[in-house]
Amino acid sequence: MEQLVQNFFNIEVLIKVYPMLLKGVWMTLQLCVVVVPIGFLGGLLVAIGYSFHNRWLNALLIVYVDFFRAFPPLVLLIFVFYGTPYVGLEVPAFVAVLIAFFLNTSSYYGEILRAGIESIGRGQWEAARSTGIGRLQTMFYVILPQAMRNVAPDLTSNTLEVIKFTALASVVALPELLRMGRIAQGITYNPTPLIAVALIYLAMLWPLVRFLSRLERRMLVKQR
Amino acid sequence: MLISIVNPNDRPVVLDAKGIVKTFGQVKALNGVDLAVTRQELVFVIGPSGSGKSTLLRCCNRLEEPTAGAVYVDGIDILNRGININAVRRHIGMVFQSFNLYPHMTALGNVTLALRRVLKLSTRDANSRGMEALDGVGLTDKAGAYPGELSGGQQQRVAIARALSLEPKIMLFDEPTSALDPELVGSVLEVMRRMRNTGMTMVVVSHEMRFAREAADRVIFMDEGHIVEEGTPSDIFEAPQHQRTRTFLSAVTQK
Ligand SMILES: Nc1ncnc2c1ncn2[C@@H]1O[C@H](COP(=O)(O)OP(=O)(O)O)[C@@H](O)[C@H]1O
Ligand SMILES: [Mg+2]
Repeated sequence: MEQLVQNFFNIEVLIKVYPMLLKGVWMTLQLCVVVVPIGFLGGLLVAIGYSFHNRWLNALLIVYVDFFRAFPPLVLLIFVFYGTPYVGLEVPAFVAVLIAFFLNTSSYYGEILRAGIESIGRGQWEAARSTGIGRLQTMFYVILPQAMRNVAPDLTSNTLEVIKFTALASVVALPELLRMGRIAQGITYNPTPLIAVALIYLAMLWPLVRFLSRLERRMLVKQR
Repeated sequence: MLISIVNPNDRPVVLDAKGIVKTFGQVKALNGVDLAVTRQELVFVIGPSGSGKSTLLRCCNRLEEPTAGAVYVDGIDILNRGININAVRRHIGMVFQSFNLYPHMTALGNVTLALRRVLKLSTRDANSRGMEALDGVGLTDKAGAYPGELSGGQQQRVAIARALSLEPKIMLFDEPTSALDPELVGSVLEVMRRMRNTGMTMVVVSHEMRFAREAADRVIFMDEGHIVEEGTPSDIFEAPQHQRTRTFLSAVTQK
């Protein structure tokens, strides 16, 4: 028992490394507040692109979405970071992470939002268009609010997924939470920092989960 | 009674659809239909299911793109490619069988969306105009209610207010009472009757034959994408010229 505490819940170790972990938290937060919104916006563009029902645009979007959903994000990130110098582009780790995450995340969000948009009946479009509201305004004011409500659970789980995936950024040496935890582990020869990392993720995600599911429920109640 | 004094032919034509053809793949939904509606006229369109009534209405505001033909609204060729269809549509109100209210907005929100986004009214102006429109259909007390909290009849009246608030030149009704429980039909017809009395130009697709008799200036019977015959309500209901009309009428009045 003492051994267990020594190895996994060592307070001394924690006191020693917590500044490092805080730095990691900060980087992870920075990643999240950039990656999630741009991925979501990219997904919105993809989904709106689908709604034009243009044959060529659709074909293009299907290729994009299928490809980047199937492509392992870790490999994608390595490609972007280690591959771009070969084509004469040296991108900083943070930017490489943004690019890789944008490609991956926007295709997931795009697919979810497309399904949401398609779940809304033609009647809603027709009602709005018949009053003279334009196509894009109909999309934003009439279709999307309902579509997002219909796929809210998927949007939520994808968002949580993306946040957890930011840990992948450690492979390109971006000092986010997981990477800092592992460095701390290396310095102290003790796995306590990793336990701390897990608990920090939990502490960040759990309130978010609660908040999002409250939001979902509130939206449902309001409608009916 | 007032109606008979003024000859409808002296009135300007609000909607003029000529030779409308609409095909969906192999299906010919409309086969050269002419429909001219003069100001303040109420034209009733009847006919069996699948005869093209909805398609005809939807061609009049370009929810469907006619395969051939021409549509003029207030003299404007609305099929012209260069035209801003949104500017045209706000003058053509449409009411749907399934109401199609926005479920995530209150009754007032439903009415004011186009006022704010199309007419670009301020929120305050839109709200006051929206409340007026809701007052017109007797629903000011439901302004804050969501569609899910309203009866079908109330929902349809909100939908009518939504269209009316834009002050359209003509209103198109596609079976406005067909989705309603029988006891709720009356409230919607009452609103339509009032619109008619205030001089709104209307095209109504409906199976409410009693309402047609009492309120329509003209009844059009359609079948298989054609206008089979048209005339005053008494022409059509008391002395139909075609066998198909007689068959249809006896079938609907059976019920
Ligand atoms: N979007 C569509 N796609 C294919 N066929 C359609 C479409 N809309 C209507 N039709 C067909 O056109 C014909 C006329 O339909 P409609 O105008 O809805 O008739 P009504 O309103 O008189 O019942 C029907 O045969 C119907 O199946
Ligand atoms: Mg119909």
